[in-house]
Parts: sequence; structure tokens; C-alpha cells
Amino acid sequence: MLITCPYCGPRDVSEFAYQGDGNRTRPDPASTDSEAWNAYVYDRLNPAGIHNEIWQHAGGCRVHLAVVRDTLTHEISSVRFAREHGTPTHSRRNHGAKA
Amino acid sequence: MAEYSAFSLLKNALSGNRDWKPAWRKPSPKASYDVIIIGGGGHGLSTAYYLAKEFGITNVAVLEKGYLGSGNVGRNTTAVRSNYLLPQNTRFYEHSMKMWENLSHDLNYNVMFSQRGVLNLAHTPGQLDDLARKGNAMRHLGVDAELMTPVEIGRRVPGLDMSQQARFPIYGGLMQERAGTARHDAVAWGYARGADRRGVDIIENCEVTGFLRDGDRVTGVSTSRGDIRAKKVAVAVAGSTGRVMQLAGIDRMPIESHVLQAFVSESLKPFLDTVLTFGMGHFYVGQSDKGGLVYGGDLDGYNSYAQRGSLPIVEEVMSEMLALFPSLAPVRVLRSWGGVCDMSMDGSPIITTGPLPGMYLNCGWCYGGFKATPASGFCFAHTIAKDAPHEFNAPFTLDRFSRGTVIDDKGQGPTPRMH
Ligand SMILES: Cc1cc2nc3c(=O)[nH]c(=O)nc-3n(C[C@H](O)[C@H](O)[C@H](O)COP(=O)(O)OP(=O)(O)OC[C@H]3O[C@@H](n4cnc5c(N)ncnc54)[C@H](O)[C@@H]3O)c2cc1C
Ligand SMILES: [Zn+2]
Repeated sequence: MLITCPYCGPRDVSEFAYQGDGNRTRPDPASTDSEAWNAYVYDRLNPAGIHNEIWQHAGGCRVHLAVVRDTLTHEISSVRFAREHGTPTHSRRNHGAKA
Repeated sequence: MAEYSAFSLLKNALSGNRDWKPAWRKPSPKASYDVIIIGGGGHGLSTAYYLAKEFGITNVAVLEKGYLGSGNVGRNTTAVRSNYLLPQNTRFYEHSMKMWENLSHDLNYNVMFSQRGVLNLAHTPGQLDDLARKGNAMRHLGVDAELMTPVEIGRRVPGLDMSQQARFPIYGGLMQERAGTARHDAVAWGYARGADRRGVDIIENCEVTGFLRDGDRVTGVSTSRGDIRAKKVAVAVAGSTGRVMQLAGIDRMPIESHVLQAFVSESLKPFLDTVLTFGMGHFYVGQSDKGGLVYGGDLDGYNSYAQRGSLPIVEEVMSEMLALFPSLAPVRVLRSWGGVCDMSMDGSPIITTGPLPGMYLNCGWCYGGFKATPASGFCFAHTIAKDAPHEFNAPFTLDRFSRGTVIDDKGQGPTPRMH
């Protein structure tokens, strides 16, 4: 699998560190809504198909990336800087918004 | 008389093995059942077997989307052990171990359970202390565990590089002698045959595509072979848990699906008579009765529903094998494959009633559910029959995450690919 880093170009997946599901929204740190925290820490969409996820180009420029990848085919349809595009486009329900 | 015996083998050998009956029927689905089990893997089949055998519930269907054994029950590396740290896990897996010890007899089907031992290696003094702690925790609950010295290990596994010049020198190890391997296909076939003989319908090529509902209550399933009603619907689909629960409108679960690969080498003469795990990475190896080395390593490391793996892990696994056994460098790989694992947030399984009324859930097996097959089926059958868990699966609830009672044997935290 190749991931095209916006800085470095197409690079082998072994240069990247997987940081998991990008669909989650961290509740406000002051929030005491335990349901929202539980959803953030433990619940996953885990779709068979299009998945929003965060990768870091750990063996390269070290930037964090918001990647849209198909979990059935590993086809990558979008790679963007995570800091500029924190909110994923495909999230179906936003548990964290309650907080 | 038992269907398989020395006498029946001899008789059928003399008649050219033409008179064996198929091991299970191929029935068409009925309109309704008392219990539907989704998933014809090891756990679905053993659940059906124990429902019929232990709880007298025989109006049961097992619905399998592909052929029987096409999932992880036919893809795993067959290690069976009960060497856990936390008592909830140890009790459950030790119960399973005791069931394994009598399984061939119980099923009248040779599952080739071979107690050749599982040996965890330590490569630092700290790691050895940690294994000693685990061994003590096991022995405290009556499970066998022995700490082995490097000299003993060198004698038991002559192929290992035991020198101080090894890439990761070996300081000792923890052995569970009662652990070992079993033939995975035989486990699926033996349970299928045992359930079928007791009246369970095993329906292959029948994919569940939706749930029939009466309000919140689950009252049956839609399938590629029509709607089927049931008083109770049990889900045991391992790596497909997320997909199947989404059909029931539950779109978030404490589970991620990840791919695990495994490898078999060309056949060698007897080389390794135990199952060995490497302590400085994620690598384990055993030798099958046919002579092939059966081995594997870490997950690919990112969410995947593709039943195949990627190359970086292949490279990593091979290099870990050579760090332990430099002499294996010329041995060729025969084949490799992947299976989708239902990785839970704490590395422990879920066997529970719910989460919807009329529904029962069995999942979260990560890459260690083969050894659980007997106990999982037994406990799940108990849970379905009595609408309450058995004491051995009572800790494996779905709400343990929100209640703060997670069972994290490795202390890794809620990152499923780390368990
Ligand atoms: C490479 C690898 C190595 C492993 N090694 C070990 C090991 O050494 N020791 C160990 O203890 N464990 C091991 N495991 C884990 C073990 O194989 C699994 O935890 C266990 O097999 C899962 O339970 P199961 O047998 O019921 O799953 P499966 O056999 O996967 O059964 C689930 C079934 O559900 C079916 N299904 C899915 N969706 C639907 C649907 N919509 N409708 C109908 N049917 C459906 C699937 O087709 C499948 O047959 C390994 C796993 C892998 C992948
Ligand atoms: Zn980069």
C-alpha cells in the first residue's frame, strides 16, 4: 500500500504510523458527560468500506494526515493534512457533540 | 455404537471408503426456529452443539454465508492454551482447556488435540520476571505453568540460537505443558456433525442480510434464502461483527476489524515439538503433523475487512523467525493467507444477552478465539437457553466498557490493534 503524503509524495505504508479511527470527536475536556466520553474512547464505526482515519508520516516529515481509505480494497481516495481538516466528511453520527 | 471406531474404519477401508455417509445434511431453511445462530464458524457450530446436547434445544438453525469453515475457524494457526494473567480470562480459558482434553471423545471425532506445550520466551531479565508473575497467577488458579531455564529450553528446542550472540539472547521462558494444538477443520466438522445428528439444521450459502423486528425486539432474520423467524437470534460472526450489527441498526461497537496473516513452510523433518512464542516482537511458530512450520506474527495494523495481508508484515515475520532460528533461512514458504479478526477494546471477548431484546451476542475474539471454541459454545448456549450468563462468561459483558470493568490482560488500553 502506498500513501501519498502531501509533502513527500507517494511513500510505502511502512513509513506511516496508524493512529486509528478519524470519526471520533473528543468531548470538551471539562465535560462530565460519561456517555460522550465512553463513545469517544470505546465505540467505533468500523465500516466495511469507506473509512476516515488518521495516519502520521512517522518515518518521513512527521505530519498527521486525514486519510480516506476503503477497508475492503485498501484504495485511498483522499489524503489531507489532519490539522486543516480535523472533522471527517463521512461521520454518520456525532456522539461527542452532546458534550 | 460410535460411528467412527477402529471397526468402522477397517470395514470402510475394505469397501474402498465408498459407504461413508455425509457428515451433515444439507437442509433447506424452515420458516421458523427456536434459535437461529448467525455464523457457521467454530463458535456458531459449538453453540448449536451444546444447545442441543446440554440444554435440549434442537429446533436450531446455523446460518452460514459461505461454506462451513470458510471463516477464521479454518484460517487460524491452531494454538490452544490457557496462560492468561487475569482471573476472568484464566477461568474461562482453563474451562475450555478441560473441554479440549475430552473433545475428540465427546464428539466421536478426532480433533487431533496435541498437548505439545506452548513456551513463551523471555529475552530480558525483566521479561522473565513478568513471565514468572504470570506463571504464579496461573498456578494460583490451578493451571499448570513451569518457568524454564535457558539450558532446559536449549534441550527442548535444539534449533534455537541460545548463544549470548543471538540477536535477542534467551533468558528463560514460561511453559504450559498442557497447551498445544488441534486440527482446526476437524473442530468445525466434528461440531457440525454432532449438532446435525442432534437435529440442528446447518444451512450453508445463506447470508443474513437484515433483521426482522417487532419494535425493538428481534424476531428473525432476512437472508439470501428468504426470511426466517426465530424466538432467539444469536450472532457469532467473529470478524464480520461490525457489519452484522450494523444490519440491526447498531452502528458503533467496541470492536475494530483487523487482518492477521499466517504462513506455512514446506515440510521439514521433526524440528519443533512445542509451540514457541518470541518475546521481542510478535512471532510464534509450531510444526504441523505434516511437517510444515505454521507461524504468524502481528496484525497488519490498520482496519481491514480484506482477507489478505500486506507485505511489510511478511518481511517482519520472516525476520523475527530468523532471529530465533538462523538455520531456517533456506526453508521456503509454501503459502500464506489472512483472516479478519474482531479486535475488542480490551482484548477480551463478549458473550452476552442483547444488546437488543431477542438477540444474543458472541464476539471480540481478537486473534485468540480458536482455543475458546468449546467454552465459548458452551457458555453462549447457556446464555441463550437460560437468558443469563454462565459464571465463566459473566464478566464478558458488552457494557463493561462503560461500567469501567474492562478485562485488559496485557494492560494495553483501548487500542485494539495492540492486544
Ligand atoms: C491467521 C489467524 C491465526 C489465528 N491463530 C489462532 C490461534 O493460534 N489460536 C487461537 O486460539 N485463535 C487463533 N485465531 C483466532 C480464531 O481463529 C478466531 O478467534 C475464531 O476462529 C473466531 O470464531 P469462529 O471460529 O466462530 O469464526 P469464523 O470461523 O470466522 O466464523 C464466523 C462465520 O460467520 C460467517 N458470517 C459472517 N457474516 C455473516 C452473515 N451476514 N450471514 C451468515 N454468516 C455470516 C462467516 O462466513 C464465518 O464463517 C487466529 C485467527 C487468524 C485469522
Ligand atoms: Zn511526509
